[in-house]
Amino acid sequence: MGAGMEDKIIKQISLFAENKPGRLANVTNKLKSAGINIRAFTIAESGDFGIIRMVVDNSDYAYNVLHNAGFTVSETSVLGIEMEDVPGSMSRIAEVFGKAKINLDYAYAFVTRAQKALLIVRVNDIEKAIKTLEEDNIKLIDMKELEKI
Amino acid sequence: MKIEIYPKSKLENTGHEIESPYIRLKSVNKMPEYWDPEIETMPVEDLRKLQEKKLKELVHYVYENSPFYRKRFDEYGVGPEDIQTLEDVRKLPFTFKQDLRDTYPTGMFCVPNSKLVRFHASSGTTGKPTVVGYTQKDIDEWAESLARAFTSVGVGKDDILQVSYGYGLFTGGLGAHYGSEKLGSTVLPTSSGNTERQLELMKDLGTTAIACTPSYFLYMIETARKMGINIRDETKLKMGFFGAEPWSEELKKRIEDESGIKAYDIYGTSELSGPLFTECSEQCGIHVWADKFMVEILDPETGEPVSDGVSGELVITTLTKEALPLIRYRVKDLTRKLSEPCKCGRTHPRITRISGRSDDMIIVRGINVFPGQVESVLMNIPEVGNHFMIIIDRIGPLDSIKVQIEMHESAFSDRVSDMMALKKKIAGALKSVLSLAVEVELVEHGYLPRSEGKSKKVIDNRKF
Repeated sequence: MGAGMEDKIIKQISLFAENKPGRLANVTNKLKSAGINIRAFTIAESGDFGIIRMVVDNSDYAYNVLHNAGFTVSETSVLGIEMEDVPGSMSRIAEVFGKAKINLDYAYAFVTRAQKALLIVRVNDIEKAIKTLEEDNIKLIDMKELEKI
Repeated sequence: MKIEIYPKSKLENTGHEIESPYIRLKSVNKMPEYWDPEIETMPVEDLRKLQEKKLKELVHYVYENSPFYRKRFDEYGVGPEDIQTLEDVRKLPFTFKQDLRDTYPTGMFCVPNSKLVRFHASSGTTGKPTVVGYTQKDIDEWAESLARAFTSVGVGKDDILQVSYGYGLFTGGLGAHYGSEKLGSTVLPTSSGNTERQLELMKDLGTTAIACTPSYFLYMIETARKMGINIRDETKLKMGFFGAEPWSEELKKRIEDESGIKAYDIYGTSELSGPLFTECSEQCGIHVWADKFMVEILDPETGEPVSDGVSGELVITTLTKEALPLIRYRVKDLTRKLSEPCKCGRTHPRITRISGRSDDMIIVRGINVFPGQVESVLMNIPEVGNHFMIIIDRIGPLDSIKVQIEMHESAFSDRVSDMMALKKKIAGALKSVLSLAVEVELVEHGYLPRSEGKSKKVIDNRKF
C-alpha cells in the first residue's frame, strides 16, 4: 500500500448476527459497558442473518471486546468521504467512481454536526479509490478526525 | 507386570539422549508392544479353533442358565448340540435391543444377584434404558480388553489417561478407568463437565492421553482457546480415544489439526460391556478381540452375511461374558469387517469406523440420510466450524431439511454476497452427496449446543 494511504482508511467493525429479536441489544450492550461510542451504523439484512456494520471511536478496542465476547466479528477497511451537505454532492462522488470504474460493495451516509455529510464506502479497489478521490480533491476523513465528529 | 514399554536396551540404538518418558514415546517411532502377545498374535487358524470351542461352551451355558435363551432356542428349534462349528452360529436366533427392554431390568441375566459386582444402564439414546450386569470376571475381561487396546497405540505405565467420559451409569467413564488401571497408566478421573478445571489439570498434571466423546473434545479445544491454553504447545497431551457416538474421518482430521494430538477411534456398546476396542497404531480398523467376541457383518435387510470388506450391520456374540452373554446381538451399527491380519502383527479381525447406526437413518422425502454423511461433507469445508445441527420439518405435505452451521470467524465477510455464496457452496456440497436440497442457515458462534457427552445432531420436528 502506498505511503500515507493507511491514514486514509477507516476500520469499520463488521459483525455477523442472526436475524432474531434481541441480537442487536446483545451487541450494543457489550459496547455500552466498554464505553465505546458508535459514530455510524447500518445493518444489511439477508433473510435469516444480518451483517452489522459500524464505525466506532476506538475500533481496535471494540474488535477485541466483541471478539472476546464470542461474536463473529471483523475489521473491514472502508473509506470515509467528506461531502458538502448540499444537493449534488453525492452525484459528484458517484461520477468520480464511475469514471474510474471503481465498484462499490456498499455505502451508507450520515450528516455530521459540522454541516457536512459523511459517506462510508467499501470499494473493490481501495488504493485506486484513494488515488482517484485525492486527484479530484475530494476529502477523505481519517480515524482521528472521525473520533471528533 | 506383563509388558515393559521401551526398555533401555531398545532405546540405545536410536542415538537419542532422552530423559522424559513422554518425549521417549514421541521420538522413538517404534511399534508399541503387546499386552498379551500370545493371544494377540495367535495364528488365525488357532484363533478360529479357540472361538469354536468357546462358542460351543457358550450355547450350553446360556441354555442352562438363561430362561430367556432356553425359551428362544426352543422356539427357534435349535439346541446347544446343534452348534458344532463356527459356521453353525448362523443356526442361532438373533438378540435385539428390544429383548433387553422386554426383559427389563434383569430378565436376561445368567447369574443370581450374589454373583454380580456391578450394574450399568444404557443412556437410552433410542428408547427405554437397558440394564447390564457384570460378574467380577466380566469386569476383569472388560478391563483386559481395553488394556490390550491402549497398549496397541503405545499407552504405558508412564502415561496419564484423563477419563473425560461420564462416570456413573454410563459405561464410558468406569470402563476406560478400569482399563487404564489394569494397564498401569495413571488415571485422572475427571468425568465430563467442569471443562476449565479439566484443562487446568490436564496442563498441570501432564495428561498424555484422553478418553471422551469427540464432541466433548471439540468443546475442550474451544474452551482451551478461550482460556488462552494452547493444547498443542502447552500440554503433554499426545493422543485421544474418541467414541460413544459416530464420528467421521473428516472430524478426526480436524481434531488432529486443531490440537496436535493423534485421534484414535474407540468402540463398544453398553450391552457388550462398554468401550472395549480401539484402533492400533497402524490406524487401519478397530481390533475386535476374537477370543472374547465373535463378529458377523450382515446385510441389514436380509440378515445374510456380506463378504469381507463390504459394509453391513455389526452382529456380535459375546464369548466369555458370564452375567449377560449375548447371542448374535444386532448392534445396529454399520461397518465393514477386515479379516486379514494387521500390519501391527495382531491377527484378530478389525472393523472399520462406524459409518452410522441403522437406527440413526432419517428418511427425508424418501431419501435415506445419515447424520454421519452430513458431518463428512461439512467437516471437509474449511469455512464451516466444528458444530452443526440438522433440523427436519414437515411443511404441508413436504419434508424439509435444514442444516444450521457456525462458520469459522476467518470465513466471515461483511459483504452479503460473500455470505450468500458460502451458503450456496455448502448447500451444493450437501446436495451432491445427499441428492437432496438442503437449506443452509448460518447461525452465530456459540448458538449451537455444546455437548459434554453424546451430542445430539438431529432435531426431527415431524409428527408421524
